Amino acid sequence: MTDLTKMLVKSTTKIMKDICTKEFIDEAERGRWAAELWEVLSEAGMLTVAVPEELDGTGGTFAEAYEILRLAGKYAAPIPLAETYMGNWIMADLGLAATCEPLAILANEGEPFQFKKEGAGWSVTGKARSVPWGRHARLLLVLGETETGSVLALMSPTEAKVTTGQNLAGEPRDTMVLEAAPVADEHLFAVDARQVHSRLLSTGALCRSVMMAGALERIAELTVKYTTERSQFGRPLHRFQAIQHHLASLAGETAAANTAASYAVAASRRGPDEKAIAMAKIRINEAAGIVAPVAHQVHGAIGFTHEHVLHQCTRRVLAWRDEWGTETQWAEKLAEQLMLLEENGLWPYLSE
Amino acid sequence: MGSLHLPIQERSEQTEEIRGHVREFLRQEREAGTFVPKCDTWLSGFSPEFSRKLGERGWIGMTWPKRYGGHERSAIERYVVIEELLAAGAPVAGHWIADRQTGPLLLRYGTEQQRMSFLPRIARGECYFAIGLSEPNAGSDLAAVRTRAEKVEGGWIMNGSKTWTSGAHHAHYMITLCRTSPYHPENRHEGMSQLLVDLSSPGVTIRPILLMTGEHHFNEVFFEDVFVPDDMLIGQEGNGWKQGMTELAFERSGPERFLSTFPLLEELVNRLRQSGQKHLMAQAAKLVSRLWTLRHMSIGVAHLLEKGETPDVAAALVKEMGTTFEQQVAEVVRLLLPTSPSVDAADRLDQLLAQSILHAPGFTLRGGTTEILRGIIAKGVIAK
Repeated sequence: MTDLTKMLVKSTTKIMKDICTKEFIDEAERGRWAAELWEVLSEAGMLTVAVPEELDGTGGTFAEAYEILRLAGKYAAPIPLAETYMGNWIMADLGLAATCEPLAILANEGEPFQFKKEGAGWSVTGKARSVPWGRHARLLLVLGETETGSVLALMSPTEAKVTTGQNLAGEPRDTMVLEAAPVADEHLFAVDARQVHSRLLSTGALCRSVMMAGALERIAELTVKYTTERSQFGRPLHRFQAIQHHLASLAGETAAANTAASYAVAASRRGPDEKAIAMAKIRINEAAGIVAPVAHQVHGAIGFTHEHVLHQCTRRVLAWRDEWGTETQWAEKLAEQLMLLEENGLWPYLSE
Repeated sequence: MGSLHLPIQERSEQTEEIRGHVREFLRQEREAGTFVPKCDTWLSGFSPEFSRKLGERGWIGMTWPKRYGGHERSAIERYVVIEELLAAGAPVAGHWIADRQTGPLLLRYGTEQQRMSFLPRIARGECYFAIGLSEPNAGSDLAAVRTRAEKVEGGWIMNGSKTWTSGAHHAHYMITLCRTSPYHPENRHEGMSQLLVDLSSPGVTIRPILLMTGEHHFNEVFFEDVFVPDDMLIGQEGNGWKQGMTELAFERSGPERFLSTFPLLEELVNRLRQSGQKHLMAQAAKLVSRLWTLRHMSIGVAHLLEKGETPDVAAALVKEMGTTFEQQVAEVVRLLLPTSPSVDAADRLDQLLAQSILHAPGFTLRGGTTEILRGIIAKGVIAK
């Protein structure tokens, strides 16, 4: 980690820790927009990392952006930071300036949004489900098709009909419907839809992977702390061998998640590395399925109450493991690559 | 839990060059029929010829100073060589212990004379060592060792026994943890020393303890009034416990803690590909993801060791998770493909599966049981 990254980690940690209190996250889960956090990150230039300055970005590397996301995950930051990064990076590829507005991406692979020519401009119709923070978005990126090819449109959400929904962690996952919503011609860009979908999937999975690695670390920290503070039978919990075995499992899974996420980030220096991301998302999803129940078991009933902070982290890792690909979905992608190996090709594939 | 962020070590030209050489060598040896890939070969693959060939190529004692017959390579280069050997299921048991832990121990605590006498022979692949830790009544509770050495003119007289000693029947020497002062129940770690015992000395008896497969790898080693000369004391008299613990740190995080069943996993992937079973391959892919992660964790630990740090909690983690993974490979294989595992099966998958299943209980016992490691890990994270 460079000195610059260390400084970034320090300042991001401070922001997240100070603002993302239990109460702040509770309010966000009740539907309040986390404006204070968004403003602070915007002023610090943290919403446009890894976008060049000539496109109104902050500059910096993808690795730095993922480091910020890891901390956002660790402190359960209730904002569409990953989604805004993903949108900004797609826009940068198209030569478009970065935004500091909360952004939502509407990309429906099954039934794509339909764009029709209307006079000098266009209209778009379609429906996207489970859009993260759809209701709070101030800018939409809509992927769809015209009669002649695939396009990406940049538009305001004013015409969108929103049906609110949420994931396990109470994070907004809304249904967004556009019915003949107008788009100006200059806001429509020709793209390769397959490429955009594939890039979204990889980047989305990497974003969730690092966020989960952060959240898993927090869960492990909370659990370790609890076992030193809570006594039963006259001694602190961590003195019991059964509890020590739980702690070892938490430490191992957390370390594995951290390593997998860090390696996938390092491999994606220039763009998402699908193989490393597949490996990481599978492993981190597995870690979430082990860590969350063990942490709850160790905390006993108190960790299962709304009053305790633990569930804000455990519900998130359990929600995020299903977003941008489950273990099974990514394992099927990896299997496609494994099917193409030569005889005894597994070791070269693993160690390349 | 700061210590659990392991550094990321990426490929370099230097490591990939040496990887290429090792792969080419292994390809030629396999084609020449020098060895047939097997599971768990760092315990069971004994071949003095093969060890000597590795020595000739400079692949034993790689990180040691040249004046002791070493090659002054980095720990990461050594890592690349040993992971290639293990992944190929090559017979490396002869020199494994000497290369992995005796060499580093002598470099740290040995006298100049001991280093000059043993290290060049080890690096040539000609001199093998056995681990002298466990005893009949000192297993996980190592501080209970009772083998004792009494001071006499010019040396020590050793009495006692060691057990579960892998490869003692092939080894030339044993680094033996023993009591050089009487046992005190309230201060059990005091008064222990490490003596380097020539296993051909009068009074040494080695008896086989057969594994449940009937194979002979384990031994019981008895010492009856065995004379050990003064210059065979390693480090300081009374410092044996600490030295022994240092030795254990070298043995916990290497690739032999997750690659023992790799040849089986590779054969599984071969079979699923040949039969076009993509859905089952997805199950194998989950194992591949676990292995990918373990390997990067283990390389991260090697990187910390190279920098002179002592990441004992992380090393314990790699061993605990890695050895569980080794066992899991065998379980997944039998659920994915119909098999008839047998050690003398003609079918390669059946044979590798039998080797894996029947060696599996040892994976999570040797070098510190899973239960002991979990205790070390938990205490480590609590202390942070």
